[in-house]
Amino acid sequence: MSTMTDPPKSDFRLSMLINDTRYRSLTFQVIAAVVIALSIWYLGNNLIQNLRAAGLNISYSFLGDPSGYDINQRLIEYDSQSSHGSAAIVGLLNTLLVAFLACITATVFGVVAGVLRLSNNWLVSKIMAVYVEIFRNIPVLIWIIIIFTIMTAVLPGPRAFRGDSPTSSMLFDLFAFTNRGVYIPRPEFANGLFGSTFLNWLLVIAVLVGSLFASREIEKRATLKQEQTGERPKTGLVKLAVWLVPLAILMVIMGLTWNVPALKGFNFSGGIKIGGPLIALWFALSIYTGAFIAENVRAGIQAISKGQTEAAAALGLRQGRIMNLVILPQALRVIIPPLISQYLNITKNSSLAIAVGYADITATLGGITLNQTGRAIECVLLLMLFYLTASLLISTVMNVYNASVKLKER
Amino acid sequence: MADQTTNPIAFVADGTIPPSPPPANQTGAVKWLRENLFSGVSNTILTVLSLILIYVLLKNTMPWILNGVWNANSLAECREILAGKTGACFAVLTERWPQLIYGFKYPVDAYWRPNLAFVLMLVAIAPVLFFDLPRKLLIITALYPFVAFWLIWGGTILVPIVALVGCVAAGAVFQKFGKNSFAAGFFGAIIVALVVWKLGGALIPEGASDGAWLSAVPSRDLGGFMLNMMLGLACVSLSVPLGIALALGRQSNMPLIKWVCVIFIEFIRGVPLITLLFVASVMLSYFFPPDSTVDLFLRVVIMITMFSAAYIAEVIRGGLAALPRGQYEAADSLGLDYPQAMRLIILPQALKISIPGIVNVAVGLFKDTTLVSVISMFDLVGMIRGPILASTEWNGVYWELLGFAALLFFVVCYGISQYSQWLERRLATDHH
Repeated sequence: MSTMTDPPKSDFRLSMLINDTRYRSLTFQVIAAVVIALSIWYLGNNLIQNLRAAGLNISYSFLGDPSGYDINQRLIEYDSQSSHGSAAIVGLLNTLLVAFLACITATVFGVVAGVLRLSNNWLVSKIMAVYVEIFRNIPVLIWIIIIFTIMTAVLPGPRAFRGDSPTSSMLFDLFAFTNRGVYIPRPEFANGLFGSTFLNWLLVIAVLVGSLFASREIEKRATLKQEQTGERPKTGLVKLAVWLVPLAILMVIMGLTWNVPALKGFNFSGGIKIGGPLIALWFALSIYTGAFIAENVRAGIQAISKGQTEAAAALGLRQGRIMNLVILPQALRVIIPPLISQYLNITKNSSLAIAVGYADITATLGGITLNQTGRAIECVLLLMLFYLTASLLISTVMNVYNASVKLKER
Repeated sequence: MADQTTNPIAFVADGTIPPSPPPANQTGAVKWLRENLFSGVSNTILTVLSLILIYVLLKNTMPWILNGVWNANSLAECREILAGKTGACFAVLTERWPQLIYGFKYPVDAYWRPNLAFVLMLVAIAPVLFFDLPRKLLIITALYPFVAFWLIWGGTILVPIVALVGCVAAGAVFQKFGKNSFAAGFFGAIIVALVVWKLGGALIPEGASDGAWLSAVPSRDLGGFMLNMMLGLACVSLSVPLGIALALGRQSNMPLIKWVCVIFIEFIRGVPLITLLFVASVMLSYFFPPDSTVDLFLRVVIMITMFSAAYIAEVIRGGLAALPRGQYEAADSLGLDYPQAMRLIILPQALKISIPGIVNVAVGLFKDTTLVSVISMFDLVGMIRGPILASTEWNGVYWELLGFAALLFFVVCYGISQYSQWLERRLATDHH
């Protein structure tokens, strides 16, 4: 007969704090807490002493003061009388603008290059391999500077468009590529339904969203019909009409005109001016990140087993439809998580704008404002807060999307 | 039946016909071309477009490269020599070579010191990269940081010697006490090292660097590609141990340690490196004691190390997560304690899985060292954009300089990634 015996009850000894697994982790955490508290106290104390020595204090009131500097590239009204705070907001919007544009084009470049790299055509796949290797292995800062140099040093000045026999001419008489920026036509509404341009554009967007829902509804009905009868009704023309007709009607009602850039005096006026720095940053981020996305796409496609391709081919699908219907939907699950981190990288790398003078938030808040006011700690903290928030937001949104395309398992 | 036997057989083969060669378009280069370049209409179009692209690229760049001028003293002289032809002005590279490599303030008569440090770096790094080399060479690797520091910064030899003595003493303490209790050895080693450095620092007399054999070079005089190499090497080698510690901390079941590591990693990964460099250049000095001056190079190294350590920690966490649970349980069942299990069972396998990721981070980090030009340090990009392009002689020589910088980075980064692929094949012990 065996009896259960309690473990011998020993008195607590000090050495048990480190040798007994029941107490050890507690001991370590207490030590860690003390060390962390001490270092925070030490750093904080240094900070207070240094600030006192420099006669500074932590205050964000400078954000309300007039900034006194101009920003060329801006999405909202701003002039040198506006506050540092609104300069920061102009910069914030500029960051979001370039990050958004670069995410779209980088995805396009990346998907095209990634798919072409797997092409049966030897030459094309080798060219894409060279593209990927060259762009991945050279710092993005150098790419930004190279493209900025093309924008400023290679493109002609507005002067070259002047005179009786100009050395440069506008593309289709609509686009002007100059060393001061690229000018493109601007759509304008002669008799908009609302007074403000912003509301008019909002209306256009609303109509487009409506078209999106309508065309999805048409798709859904077609699928339903296919499931019932086996015949899929042709939807192409109807969908095209759903997209174009409402938009066209709206444009006619609002009286759409194009404000085409034209040479006036020594410079172009009219149209939309896209500054050289924006284009340099946008394009450099796109091709650089595109090379990384190409590798992710390639890896995603190669992760799908060859049996899937063969099974699809056995069902009689054509090459293009195998890619669209069988391979890419499955590959997307592999591609999306690294794609999210590439988007985050674009957002963070857009801070290199400061190297070419694009007024993003790093250049306004962390650059000119910081230098003018000397509020280093406040500016850098705000800057970090913005990027942290942006990163967390992007990764949350993309993770939700990822969850929706994930393989549904039991 | 009968007529078959009576009919004489018209033909009987008395041997095998030799196989005829395959049709010309089914062999060799022609077959390869047909299959790989012209297998269909769309394929042919792609091939032709690619060929046109290559032709255009070569047509525009080759004359420029081949006509390049290598000997001139200014852009104007270059243009005179070219006399209207298209051609590059590579003379800027030869004329400004020392500036591109060492920066514009490093003493000219001391160029041999970084050169020697570079050669020694190749020797020191070889046993780390290639396991087949004799392990004794690792002694050189261990000594290298101190030697390189002395060579590049110069000054009194006492500083690196005190640092070295501190490390040796710490190692000895760890050897002695680490066998029984890892924690005792580890913390004992840190304390001993700090004590030795403090004492040694007090022993070094003021102004010991004045008449030193190697003249002292302040950090702000470093520059050029040398600065990129130094930042890259120092930060990668410092951030790997820190990254391992952070990854283990993030896996820890002690909530306090875990959350400190999680917050640190996620914070660093959420902000761009530029903001961390701003911290280094304008904010970090507020956190040091009021009378101390920590030079910019060290502050930048601290921030870049923290930056890459967070990324490396995530890579290693992936490696740790990829290990089967059985490995942890096996280590426990052998009676190993946590440090032993990590050192002997878990980390060797987890690090092996993480090597490609770590190398990716290292390549990214090396490319990111160019960002220091934004906080007005004169690395390769900073030198090109600052002193060289702004000089009256070379104002306007963009492509040669930027192309040179791109080429240097490409060679190094491509080399590292090729090495990582070789290493992956080399370390693959599973069967395929």
